[in-house]
Formats: sequence, C-alpha cells, structure tokens
Amino acid sequence: MPAQYHHSIRFMPDKCGGCMSCMRSCPTAAVRVRDGRAMKLDDRCIDCGECIKVCEKGAIVPLTDHMADLSKFDYVIAIPSAALYAQFDEDLPPGIIVAALQRCGFNSVEPLSPACDSVSVATEIFLSEYRGQLPLISSYCPTVVRLVQVKYPEFVGQLLPVLTPREISAKDAKARISAETRLPANRIGAIYITPCPAKIVAILEHPGMTNSYLDGAVSIADLYQTLAPAVSRVKEAVARMDAGETASGLSWAFLGALPRSVPVENTLSVAGLPNVIRILDDITKGKLRRYSFIECHACPEGCIGGCLTVENPYVARAKIVKLRQKLPAGSVVERKEVERSYRKGSFLMNEPFASRPLRPMDENISGAIAKMRDRDQLISELPGIDCGACGAPSCRAFAEDVILGEVGRESCTFLWQSELSKRVEDLARMVQLQGPLRGGKP
Amino acid sequence: MDSPEELESVYLVAGRDFINAGRISTAIMDVLKRLGTNPEVVRRVAIASYEAEMNVVMYALRGKISLRVNPRMVTIEVEDEGPGIEDIDLAMKEGYSTATPEMQEMGFGAGMGLPNIMKHADKFEIVSEVSKGTRLFISVNQSA
Repeated sequence: MPAQYHHSIRFMPDKCGGCMSCMRSCPTAAVRVRDGRAMKLDDRCIDCGECIKVCEKGAIVPLTDHMADLSKFDYVIAIPSAALYAQFDEDLPPGIIVAALQRCGFNSVEPLSPACDSVSVATEIFLSEYRGQLPLISSYCPTVVRLVQVKYPEFVGQLLPVLTPREISAKDAKARISAETRLPANRIGAIYITPCPAKIVAILEHPGMTNSYLDGAVSIADLYQTLAPAVSRVKEAVARMDAGETASGLSWAFLGALPRSVPVENTLSVAGLPNVIRILDDITKGKLRRYSFIECHACPEGCIGGCLTVENPYVARAKIVKLRQKLPAGSVVERKEVERSYRKGSFLMNEPFASRPLRPMDENISGAIAKMRDRDQLISELPGIDCGACGAPSCRAFAEDVILGEVGRESCTFLWQSELSKRVEDLARMVQLQGPLRGGKP
Repeated sequence: MDSPEELESVYLVAGRDFINAGRISTAIMDVLKRLGTNPEVVRRVAIASYEAEMNVVMYALRGKISLRVNPRMVTIEVEDEGPGIEDIDLAMKEGYSTATPEMQEMGFGAGMGLPNIMKHADKFEIVSEVSKGTRLFISVNQSA
C-alpha cells in the first residue's frame, strides 16, 4: 500500500449533486461517482484543481489557510504570486496592492521578483553544469511534480532540483525579519498568496526538500473579497509604486518565464495538463531529445490560469504584459552574489525527488497480466461510449474498477440490460420447453 | 500460443496518418505501466515502438503492431504492407535515410529509426521484401 499523501482538495459529499462534471474534467481519472456522490481516489489525485473549477455546487473546496488561521504567528509576511497583480486594473501599480495587503492584516509584503531573478541565474548555472539525462523538467508547478512522481516515475531524476522563487523568497524574508524584530523564526509566518491549491501540498510536504520554508497559503480568490475594497481605500502616498517587483519577475506568472529569462538553447514551454501529459509521453518515446529544458505548467497559460484566481487567464496575461512596461526592466540581482550563494548550495533542494508510481493492477506481474486480460475482455463487452452512467469516467476505467473488485458489472446499464434480456430469453425458452404454464406433466 | 501468462494486444496503423501517429506507442506505454513494468523497460519499449510506428506511418500503406507481454519479456511485432527495404544493411546505418524533405521538415527521417530500435531492444530481427512490406521483431527482457 502506498503511503497516505497530503492533498489540498476536499470533496464535500453533503453538497454534491452527483452531476459528474468533476469526474469528466479530471485529467488523471481520479474521481468516481458512487451512490450519487463524487469521491476522490487519493492515490491518483495530483491536486490540479480542475474539479474545483467545474463544480457549480461548491462541493469541492481547496484546503487553503484563512486569515483567521494566521493569528498563531507573531509576525506574518505575505509573499504574493505574480498572478495576484493580474486580478486588478492594469493601471494599478503593485505598490497600491501591497499597501492594501498590509491593511488586510499582513505585517509586511515580500516581493517575489528578486527571487525570480536570482532563481533564473541559479537555473542557468545548474543547466550549464548538468551532465545527466536530458531534458530537465521544471519543478516550479507542484502539480507537474506530482504528475511526474505518479505517472512518469522514470523522470523523477530529471526534475530541476533548483529551489523555486517562492521558497527562496520565504527563506530570505524570514531570516531578515527575524534579525530585524528579534523574533524566533518559528514565530514568523511566511504566507504565499496562491493562485492554486497545489502550492499547499508543496508546503505540507515539499518533494525534494525536508521542509518547505513557507508556512501556509491564502487563496487569491478568498482574499479578493477583502483585498478589492481595501485597494480602493488606499489613499496614502505609496513610497514605491513598483513595491520591489520587476518586469522579469512578473513574467513568471505566465508560460515562458524561464526560457525568457535564462539564455539556454532548446527550451520548450507547455501549459495545461493534457498538453503536459502529451509532452511527457513524447519524452518517454525519445521524441524530444533535442530539448535541454522543458518548462511545464498544469494550468492553462501558467499560474494566471490557476483555479483560485478570479480573472480570465487571457485577460490576466494581457494585464501583466501591460503592467510590465511600467516596472523596472532587467535583473535586480547581482550575478556574482547569486553565484557565490549558489556555490554554497543555497539554491538547491536537499533531497532527491521520490517516485510514487500508481499501484499496478497486481503486485505480481503474472497476476497483473491475468487481470489485464480480464480487463481487455470486459472492455470488448462494453459499449465504449464513455457515458459515465456507471460512475467511472470511461469504459476502460470502469473495466479496471470491476476487475479490481471496486464495483460490480451490473453498474454498467448496458451490461445489465443485455444480461436482463438474456435472462428473459432463457426464461422464455424454459417455458417453451415445459409447455403451457398450466402445470402438470410436460 | 494463448497462454494465461501472456497478454496480447493488436493495434492497426494507417500509413500517412500523421494526426494519430504515436498513439499506439502511448497505448503500449500505458498498458506496461498498469502492469507495474520496470520504468527502464517501459522507456526502452516506448522508444522502440514509437520509432517502429513512425516508420509504418511514414513509408507504408498500413501496418499491424502486436504487443505481447509475459513475465519474462515484452515483444513487439510490426508487420507492414509497403515498399519494403531494398538494402537492410544500409538502412541499419546511422544517418542513412530515404525520408523526403517534407518528412525531414516535420522532424523525422534523421536516419536514426532502425538503429535506435536496435539500440533499445534485447533482440531485434528485420525481414523485408521489396514492394511487399517489412516485418520487425523486437523484444525487451523484463529484468533490466
């Protein structure tokens, strides 16, 4: 049995109407509908949040932190994802939004851009010295990391072991605030303002790290209700309109950030889980050998497409593009300084990425082959229209569930009907053989 | 032939169907993963079956790919109806290709197909008859 994984999505059966939208949208076939309620197969779920996007009943909730949860810290630092700035009018500079964040209860706000710039440099150094199997795969998106661990365990060694900007930012900010306030580090909370629930998983158990430097994450969508009115109330003169954010830092909000900032040849960027899956399949087939680095995002267009944002990802992208023109261009970090701290290991993860392959059909290969044959036989009896009425997303998934003993064959309306008509025929034949039903000897 | 220890699946390939090209090797990969096959074996079979599938798509009229899995090995047999290969020794040379410029524009036909299959297989056989077709036999042992 695989270990219990942390998840950042919860299904609320009481609110579920059994509509199957979540089951149909799940890219890893991790949802089943049983007795009219959706349920999640935890070992298959990679926390992408597609189900949250499509549920109209509010029956699927992200397990992000709420503002009230943050009172356990003496000092709270907000680290906003660049996607946050795309949720407001593009004429609104980051400085105003940061001032509003402070009014919402954060003691200080740490810009992510400097960490983005230094991670770009660190990645460039890592790529130039790397001699292992190519292509390397970005580890910025926690859903992609989990997808690789679960479905492509052969590539865990190709995940980029460079820390993400949000981790670097949390680490630096906590050290600095601790020195300034003399508070012990464990009294200071570094909170990510997140566009997706997957970042929560990477805080609870960060693959490649013993512990995350972040202490929690608040959803952009949740915060929006209090932040939007606060933004309109900010009247005071804001000292820095850019709030320490830069054009290159903000570009991490959408697809293509690393190829844009790292001068490495043969990089490829892909966003949206079905596309990411196709690219990973192509890597397995040896089709993408010429690429040295592949940037993968689970959400369409990158983090601006996260399920906890409020703005349409394409509008968000247009806004960021416009906002970038008003921000300082060029890197804000000293290359030499980054290199020095890279040599000390400050930018690298401290553990190898573990693989977590899905449990096979059977632990024993002969058993798995036998079950696979039974599955294929059953698939040939099914209509193959993936109607979902049985509560599984496809006939193939249903066949697997039946063979693994999760559900009975009769859950398929078509199988049940044909079985029923067979029985009726058998009965009719018996009646014919026995003559009229009046009884007596035939 | 039909032993309970063996799984057999047959897939049909249409020549020139670039839209669906590569789907069969993805399906083979999925089957092997569900069986709990060693990742390195999956990778080798994926590369070999993809190259073989692409050869059928690019050069043949149609073809058939049979996957067989038993606890000892994974075998892929590819049979196609097509032009066949005149000089197999030449075709096995790295860099030798009869791909048209448009195939090369699409990123195929670098002359690595057959050598690449051989490189990733434990056993590889090829038989071809000009103007009739080609038959490949590829096997990868389960214990890497």
